[in-house]
Amino acid sequence: ELKQEFTRTLTTANPQAPQNIVRYSFKEREYKIVDCMDQTAIHFSLNGNMVPKDSDEGRRQSIRSSTEAEKAPVETSAVTSEEAEIKDAEDTGDTEEAAAGEAAEEDQAAEAAEASEAAEAEEPPAPKAPEKKLANQFNFIERSTTTRHNPLLERGYQVEPAPSMNFSANVNQWDIYDAYVEELEKIEKSKEKEKSKPQTVKTEEKRSRRRLSHVEVQHGDSITKISKAAKLAERMVNLNTFDDIAQDFKYFEDASDEFRGQQGTLLPLWKFQYDKTKKLAVTAISWNPKYKDLFAVGYGSYDFMKQGQGMLLLYTLKNPSFPEYVFSSESGVMCLDFNSEHPYLMAVGFYDGNVAIYNLKKATSQPSFKSSAKSGKHTEPVWQVKWQKDDMDNNSNFFSVSSDGRIVSWTLVKNELVHMDVIKLSAEGTTMQGPEGLQLQMLGCGTSFDFHKKIDYLFLVGTEDGKIYKCSKCYSSQFLDVFEAHHMAVDTICWNPYHLKVFISCSSDWTVKIWDHTIKTPMFVYDLSCAVGDVAWSPYSSTVFAAVTIDGKAHVFDLNINKYEALCTQLVATSKKNKVTHVQFNPVYPIIIVGDERGHVISLKLSPNLRKMPK
Amino acid sequence: MEDTEEEKKDEADYKRLHSFPLIRHSDMPEEMRIEAMELCVTACEKFATNNESAAKMIKETMDKKFGSSWHVVIGEGFGFEITHEVKNLLYMFFGGSLAVCVWKCS
Repeated sequence: ELKQEFTRTLTTANPQAPQNIVRYSFKEREYKIVDCMDQTAIHFSLNGNMVPKDSDEGRRQSIRSSTEAEKAPVETSAVTSEEAEIKDAEDTGDTEEAAAGEAAEEDQAAEAAEASEAAEAEEPPAPKAPEKKLANQFNFIERSTTTRHNPLLERGYQVEPAPSMNFSANVNQWDIYDAYVEELEKIEKSKEKEKSKPQTVKTEEKRSRRRLSHVEVQHGDSITKISKAAKLAERMVNLNTFDDIAQDFKYFEDASDEFRGQQGTLLPLWKFQYDKTKKLAVTAISWNPKYKDLFAVGYGSYDFMKQGQGMLLLYTLKNPSFPEYVFSSESGVMCLDFNSEHPYLMAVGFYDGNVAIYNLKKATSQPSFKSSAKSGKHTEPVWQVKWQKDDMDNNSNFFSVSSDGRIVSWTLVKNELVHMDVIKLSAEGTTMQGPEGLQLQMLGCGTSFDFHKKIDYLFLVGTEDGKIYKCSKCYSSQFLDVFEAHHMAVDTICWNPYHLKVFISCSSDWTVKIWDHTIKTPMFVYDLSCAVGDVAWSPYSSTVFAAVTIDGKAHVFDLNINKYEALCTQLVATSKKNKVTHVQFNPVYPIIIVGDERGHVISLKLSPNLRKMPK
Repeated sequence: MEDTEEEKKDEADYKRLHSFPLIRHSDMPEEMRIEAMELCVTACEKFATNNESAAKMIKETMDKKFGSSWHVVIGEGFGFEITHEVKNLLYMFFGGSLAVCVWKCS
């Protein structure tokens, strides 16, 4: 694409001049197109005073100068006025006399810059002058000067006519009468309403609100018009600022990959950051299923001691400098998911155990639906939420997993969130005797889960003690299977999008393991020498996945090419102390986004070696 | 006879009831509209018998306040089609039987 040639031709037409100016003609009271546009731009103009020889004026002057030249030798006294006239004629035939006159007179002529004009004016009285001057006994020397004057400049301007509209109506007596009767009826009705309803205050408020909203709409119209243009302008400015990054994103293919053998690189592209999230860690990233350049980032804190507010930002690749949507919440956001059927709905899980649904179509900064202690929120942080297909009543529903050991299904029924416990993760063989002889069940703490892409009821849950349970939505008390996966908490589980039996899990015990869900032992184990924060399969290849570790490195593996080593291990975090927390592949473009502990989100482009599609 | 007298009284009553100024159509901004309406009411009450003088008063005052070339029509029965500058039109009823149309067009 970069090598496309664009031809530019130079013509005499002025490219700046608009082709089709429409001007209002007051005569015809309408807008008309101005046909011929002036293609010339005048930079400088000066009125000269040269006269062509052959024209009337030129001939007159030459005749004058010749007659004067004859008269000049007659007068012996230096009569300068006439000689000034002689100097006028640039093409005097009688050069000798003229030369004599001129030589004597050059000084005065030099001063009299415009004397030629003045002399011409004197010209008619000149014939009479000789007689007078002979009689005159004094010598007069005439001098004339003109001061410098500013050159004249023409400026024209035509104002646009005020916008006008037509209006027509008919009025008769009965029309007036009817209008008044209507108005009176309206007033009576409103009076009755006020009397009947005890909530008079409310109606007035409603009316005032309606009036306000009406006024707001008027304001809103002009603001929304500007906001759209402003948004476009902002995006263009961003494109200009980050032009080289945008070029890289689109066109840059690392040529050195050919020499690197199997290895690949990650090219850093844009970096997304926001003031208010500087102290928060990125806890969740997700791409929007519909708009491929929009992604949501959840901010919170993994630190048990330092829990503060949470934020939810939506960025687009088209505007790297400011998020499109900003939501803030009281407690840290731990996970989020976009609904694939309704891409404007996002489910969010919080540190305090609540879940909420944000609706991007509505302009409010508060979630549309939120769970509460009454409606069955979790008692521990919610680590993962995932949308399901709409159930039989076409209600959206999603699942959430939390450290309190419950997997809860939330359904959006008639503007309310209704919860239903799907399964309780009971740790095997750990029923304890509580006081008063109660059997207390110890619940394992779920930290992550993932649903199978094809088999709807099948899902996997990872727990804090490293076990992975294979469960079904139909059985709420028993698991289908248990994998002794890791020694520490399982941070992420992900089914392979192409191989339906394969899933990957990563954990803080430094390992990433790939499993076949029918086999108890892992197929592949990768030790990355540092706690692994997140792992993700790539959407374009069944053998490529990326993992990020706490020390700020991103590892990209391709099982097709190299089963034991990463193809690329690269430091992506901005500073050494910065832990990288999450990674996600873009479903369409060859980029990944990585979130870290300081609230930064960095996008990186995968080099061609990392993007090889299986044949 | 009594009936017709009563009817006349009723009519008069209705007209009195309907004598508040009723804006039929207007696209003026709020303050301009209120001022214009009050001006019309004043003028019509002052020149109750002479529509022309009332119209003259309204037109001259509007010209002074809001700029040149206002047009005013006052009457009890007429039809019209006008071109007016946007946000400079007021069409209202008053006095139970009068209609006033005020617009700006240069």
